Amino acid sequence: MESVAVLINLAYVAAAGLFIIGLKLLSHPSSARKGNAVSAMGMLVAVVVSLFDHQIIAYHWILTGFLAGGIYGVWKARSVEMTQMPEMVSLFNGFGGAASLLLGWATVNHQTLTGYEHIGLLVLLTVVLTVMIGGVTFSGSLVAWGKLSGNMSTKAFIFRGLRELSIIHLIALLVLSIVFINQPDTTLWLYLIIILALSFGVLATISIGGADMPVVIALLNSYSGIAASAAGLAVNNTILIVTGLLVGASGLILTNIMCKAMNRSLLNVLLSGFAKPTEAMEKIEGEIKVMPAADAFYVLEAAQAVLVVPGYGMAVAQAQHAVRELQALLEENGCSVDYAIHPVAGRMPGHMNVLLAEADVPYDQLYEMDDVNPRMENYDVVIVIGANDVVNPAAKEMKGSPIYGMPVIEAYRAKTVFVLKRSADAGFAGVDNPLFFRDNTRMVLGDAKDTINTIIREFGDE
Amino acid sequence: MENIYLIFIVLLAAFLGFELIRKVPATLHTPLMSGSNAISGITLVGALAASGSDNNVLTTILGTTAVTLASINVVGGYLVTDRMLGMFKKKDKK
Repeated sequence: MESVAVLINLAYVAAAGLFIIGLKLLSHPSSARKGNAVSAMGMLVAVVVSLFDHQIIAYHWILTGFLAGGIYGVWKARSVEMTQMPEMVSLFNGFGGAASLLLGWATVNHQTLTGYEHIGLLVLLTVVLTVMIGGVTFSGSLVAWGKLSGNMSTKAFIFRGLRELSIIHLIALLVLSIVFINQPDTTLWLYLIIILALSFGVLATISIGGADMPVVIALLNSYSGIAASAAGLAVNNTILIVTGLLVGASGLILTNIMCKAMNRSLLNVLLSGFAKPTEAMEKIEGEIKVMPAADAFYVLEAAQAVLVVPGYGMAVAQAQHAVRELQALLEENGCSVDYAIHPVAGRMPGHMNVLLAEADVPYDQLYEMDDVNPRMENYDVVIVIGANDVVNPAAKEMKGSPIYGMPVIEAYRAKTVFVLKRSADAGFAGVDNPLFFRDNTRMVLGDAKDTINTIIREFGDE
Repeated sequence: MENIYLIFIVLLAAFLGFELIRKVPATLHTPLMSGSNAISGITLVGALAASGSDNNVLTTILGTTAVTLASINVVGGYLVTDRMLGMFKKKDKK
């Protein structure tokens, strides 16, 4: 049996290599698809080889589980709308966390039968970690999924004593872990840990508002990787440790990027629900100028350079295809069209890029905030589609604004700004937007898709 | 001694992960997330190998459920990532 073990481990090394190469290829859009395939190949190698392990659950159970999961996975991957990507990713994150939790639990259960004399402290410690992180990931992701899919209110949900309750949870988890490690044959402790981890995951995510969702999803993504890695330590499987950490690292980096883009610390985001609502700030002077969509056409027809700033409103209105159509018309008219994407636009990192890619917008026309801001004056028209906070000049000018200090796309410096929006209300973060009151801003109210289609029709009538 | 090796692996893998992923551009962050999600379905391997070949009902249930959930991640994750990445293309210059 010794040679089989060596072979399995060699194959794991190969699989890890394929994952690493796959991630490396993912760093450029032209090679990314190949990278994904290479990484899938690594997964195939790892799974097939594991089937040769003699310590395995009965094959018919494996097959049942794999078929059930696989069929659901295929169906979901095929049917999901690109606008629903954030909730699908968080749902899958939750499944990953749950799988790790169950794996940790199964390990303990298996040990109950064979006795604890020969399992070391490290295994017990990592089992506890696996179960805790897996549990938090699972319930936290389900809450995130509920918020993103609209099944739950996206507002931060706070009640009196929430903070104290969370702290009690953490202390109880710590105490229970110590007790469990000392008395691993009492499964009650493990069950309590599982229950507390699940409810802690709920507490930790219900208090986070919708605007912070990109950070939360990135963080949960990281957790699901760390849970897999901890599970790997528990069952002494190197491929789990290594690949779990790759995922954990990717989530942490994205979390960090999102936090930087909002100029906030991670702790600040996680505790955002507890922050005192900011005092009413300086009154915004001026009046909102509304413009009918048909009139917007005349300005666009004369424009030489247009910048589009998409936000979650574009996703909700499913307007990305209409935007692409408008882009084609403008380009035929001799106008250049660029897109500026703020890192936290939408509900998950990079979501806008995917939506625009779906509508066939070439990725080399998408620019990041720092590339666009220096040449903002060159744009005749900036079209802001369902984005508020990422173009809000209050972030620069109003001390005391909740988003003060957040780097924004400085749309107000362009010659004309069209804000496509359903109403003139404050944006997602509930912050008033002085941009709406600027002299060069015109509000085009209504569903973004209808508005753009009206403009497109005007081009047709010409 | 084995524990030391494991910690060594953890350290190296963490650094490698940071180095690899730092270079992924913002355009690809969503595919990166769904792709790495698929990779985290590697728990599948653990679920296959760790539950053992005993006849305990609970272990079998836990193992099978873990296999199911991890398979969703692996299959769904890779497919949807592929679907997304297929949409990223350069403009055909006319």
